[in-house]
Amino acid sequence: MAIERSGSKLFKFYLPLVMYLVFLLFPFYWMVNTVFKSDKELYDMSLNPFYIHHPTVHNIVRLFTETIFLRWMANTFFVAILATLISLAASLLAAYAIQRLRFKTSGPTGVAIFLAYLIPQTILFIPLASIIFKLKLWDSLWALVLTYPTFLVPFCTWLLMGYFKSIPKEMEECAMIDGASRIRIFWKIILPLCLPGVLSAGIFCFTLSWNEYLYALAFISSSAKKTVPIGLVTELVRGDIYHWGSLMAGALCASVPVALVYSFFVEQYVAGMTGALKE
Amino acid sequence: MAEVRLENVCKHYDKVVAVDNFNLSIQDKEFVVLVGPSGCGKTTTLRMIAGLETITSGRIFIGDRLINDLPAKERNIAMVFQNYALYPHMTVRDNIAFSLEMRKRPKEEIEQRVREAADILGIEHLLDRKPKQLSGGQRQRVAVGRAIVRKPEVFLFDEPLSNLDAKLRVQTRLELKKLHERLATTAVYVTHDQVEAMTMGDRIVVMKDGLIQQVGSPMELYNTPANRFVAGFIGSPAMNFFEAELAGGTDGLCLQSGEVRLDLLPEQCRRLERYGRKRILVGIRPEDFRPCERHEQGQTISGEVEVVEPVGNETYVNFRAGELNLIAAVGRKTIVQAHTRMVLQPAMEHLHLFDIDSGKSISK
Amino acid sequence: MESESIYDRPPGMRQRFSRALENPTVLGLLFVAPAELLLLVFLAYPFVLGIWLGFTDTIVGRQGHYIGWQNYIDLVNDTQFWLTAFNTFFYTVIAVILKAVLGIGLAVVLNRDFKAKGLVRAIVLLPWIIPTALSALCFWWLYDATFSGISWALVRLGIIDHYINFLGDPWNARWSLIAANVWRGVPFFTIGLLAGLQTISPDLYEAADIDGAGSWKKFRRITLPLLTPLLTVVTVFSTIWTFADFQLVWIITKGGPAGATHIFGTLSYERAMQGGHFGMGAAISNFMLPVLVICVLIAFMFLKKED
Repeated sequence: MAIERSGSKLFKFYLPLVMYLVFLLFPFYWMVNTVFKSDKELYDMSLNPFYIHHPTVHNIVRLFTETIFLRWMANTFFVAILATLISLAASLLAAYAIQRLRFKTSGPTGVAIFLAYLIPQTILFIPLASIIFKLKLWDSLWALVLTYPTFLVPFCTWLLMGYFKSIPKEMEECAMIDGASRIRIFWKIILPLCLPGVLSAGIFCFTLSWNEYLYALAFISSSAKKTVPIGLVTELVRGDIYHWGSLMAGALCASVPVALVYSFFVEQYVAGMTGALKE
Repeated sequence: MAEVRLENVCKHYDKVVAVDNFNLSIQDKEFVVLVGPSGCGKTTTLRMIAGLETITSGRIFIGDRLINDLPAKERNIAMVFQNYALYPHMTVRDNIAFSLEMRKRPKEEIEQRVREAADILGIEHLLDRKPKQLSGGQRQRVAVGRAIVRKPEVFLFDEPLSNLDAKLRVQTRLELKKLHERLATTAVYVTHDQVEAMTMGDRIVVMKDGLIQQVGSPMELYNTPANRFVAGFIGSPAMNFFEAELAGGTDGLCLQSGEVRLDLLPEQCRRLERYGRKRILVGIRPEDFRPCERHEQGQTISGEVEVVEPVGNETYVNFRAGELNLIAAVGRKTIVQAHTRMVLQPAMEHLHLFDIDSGKSISK
Repeated sequence: MESESIYDRPPGMRQRFSRALENPTVLGLLFVAPAELLLLVFLAYPFVLGIWLGFTDTIVGRQGHYIGWQNYIDLVNDTQFWLTAFNTFFYTVIAVILKAVLGIGLAVVLNRDFKAKGLVRAIVLLPWIIPTALSALCFWWLYDATFSGISWALVRLGIIDHYINFLGDPWNARWSLIAANVWRGVPFFTIGLLAGLQTISPDLYEAADIDGAGSWKKFRRITLPLLTPLLTVVTVFSTIWTFADFQLVWIITKGGPAGATHIFGTLSYERAMQGGHFGMGAAISNFMLPVLVICVLIAFMFLKKED
């Protein structure tokens, strides 16, 4: 890496990097490009589609005025925040118990939770739908609040176990000798020390809940209760009429909260992702 | 304030025996060091006293209280950990105050006792820092401060100096000893470093494979080791060992190993006659050799110098006499050349004799 | 000792309770209880229920009866099912291989120090972060038969002479879906593997330099072997997710044209949620289990070996 011919760096680094970036960013460009075009321009095949000739915010305006997009956003927020809080609380306690309290069945419990993480939603949504039906939660946001933790808790527990592992055991032992009860130790020593872990777990929960599609599609039917991804597809596509401009505007706007959360916490996100993989 | 008594204490992990039948009575205000190689059970013993490990069988008393089933927090002890276990998210002040806060002492009392402890250790200026901003030595002091602020009945130290560099370790060793004199509290100290054990302990417990090898004052262990292990563990460089045949000498018995022959003192002869066996293990400390001018069979050992290691205050000579490889400390004034012949006289009265099979001492 | 008195008092209810909480087993079981309860009710139970449903003729809103292997027999005689099985495997194998190759490539490119490294890494992760349903919408639009920018550009460049019917032709549709899946999945491989690459000591490469190894040799003999454990874990995860995919396919093609791009997930949704045949839908889902079990076993073996 120290001594490199400049030509070789161009072919080994810049060129592939640029190609990758174009590949990864092109769909986003296409999305933004569509949002600010008028329908007339969008469907005019004589124009260069990669360029916006007459920028307009008409699509965004239509999204907010003619659909209940804000309602969907609020629904998604509601579900994502609640599911995140429930999952964080449950996983924090579980991860601490499995990693640190070492009770008799803590090993098998850890393995079971890891296995739970590997069960995909596509296998679960049909029986879950019938359970949701029996619980009279059909077409209720609570159905999502209660089911999202099934994929959030295993992941968070796994992630937090890694964090707990990195806290020296002596710290707890010292606190024990100092006269703190186990619950006290958990609150005063463990929690403050694994805040970064809790933060990345929280970010994961939020983005995963925000992105969830299948359960929301299967368990929600009335349009006022839909989450953003479901609402957009079902309400902006009527038969053969696609409002591409507004659809892309919706996709763009709905991505914003996730992108914002993500941009503030990229480091935690990456750390969480790689940490979870290494565990 | 409190004596600590361990009666037939055992610790088993599944089938592994970590500590076996440990009996020890620690006097009030005594400084006892548990020493031994890693895995000898010394830390496990300490942790059982602390209440961090359950006791498989036996009984532990602090004062008159049986503490077997008492949780750690109710044992009124304080412990300093090897990695200090400072709470990284709290300031030094909060670290030291933590145990008092847990016991719900009034604010003024906490503040006063923290000041007092910080004053003793000379860390008043660090009270508002976080552990991350401290040097290794400073962290160690905070860890000690956290222990003394409680005024516990017993101090437990788990290799508290092993994370310090050599120079700081010597200095801190001294300070800890002074601190112990000042606070006059029973202390149990675990280390794998025999020098630390020798310099700090009122009494030393040497352990190996979960068993106590010998308990005694530093000089007792040095002068009269109970077995081969203790003899080899205490003292640096380690004692020389070789097997020897008992043979009839000029008058009485002598030790014969290859071409080396050493006449035994009359008292040693009497004991060995009672002992009966013909082969024994001989131990000579390097510092019990004295360089001589002239070789005299039966009194001295003549050999070839292989390597000379001057360390300043001493010069260590590795030499070979027939089959034997020996090391001798000859003082700094003797000038020795490698690959020359040298004659050394062992101090026969300091000879250590052991049974070959059991390793037990037969000197006394 | 001033604190001695508390030991002498006989323990009251409260004290007994707080004593019990000091017992690791009691507290441990208490702490895992919420997570376990949640997972039992909404994960373990549905998992078992799903297997049971596959043996019933349950229809939405009506209790079903046990019908033995009938659903599975019906499926084996159903050409749509076989096409779906083929699609699922084809989609999974091709997409995972492409993601792995492209992901490793990008990780290697990024594994060096350059100015905008943080920014580039953030950009690389974007496709993974953005809700898949929304990026799927974007792909759907990008694959439009008349207004696709890709077609427009290729025609202008003279590479093709008429617009590509991305989603109207079965094979075009399959490849289009794979492309979208690869786009979304490459970041996971890249970021996951980049962490592994960074743990490989530069000394190894310098030693190889001195031994005269070229770039490819270094990659084959040093990078790849050291990366294998992590690569396996990442691949197993990606395989499970790709195999059990739903939303990309559902949004972009809905399984079309004429059922040509259905995968297990979408077919079971169509039969269960749209057709109301819960039993049949569950049976289709259950076909995923063997593959999942194999993946899980591989993941486990590797995780065990790592320990």
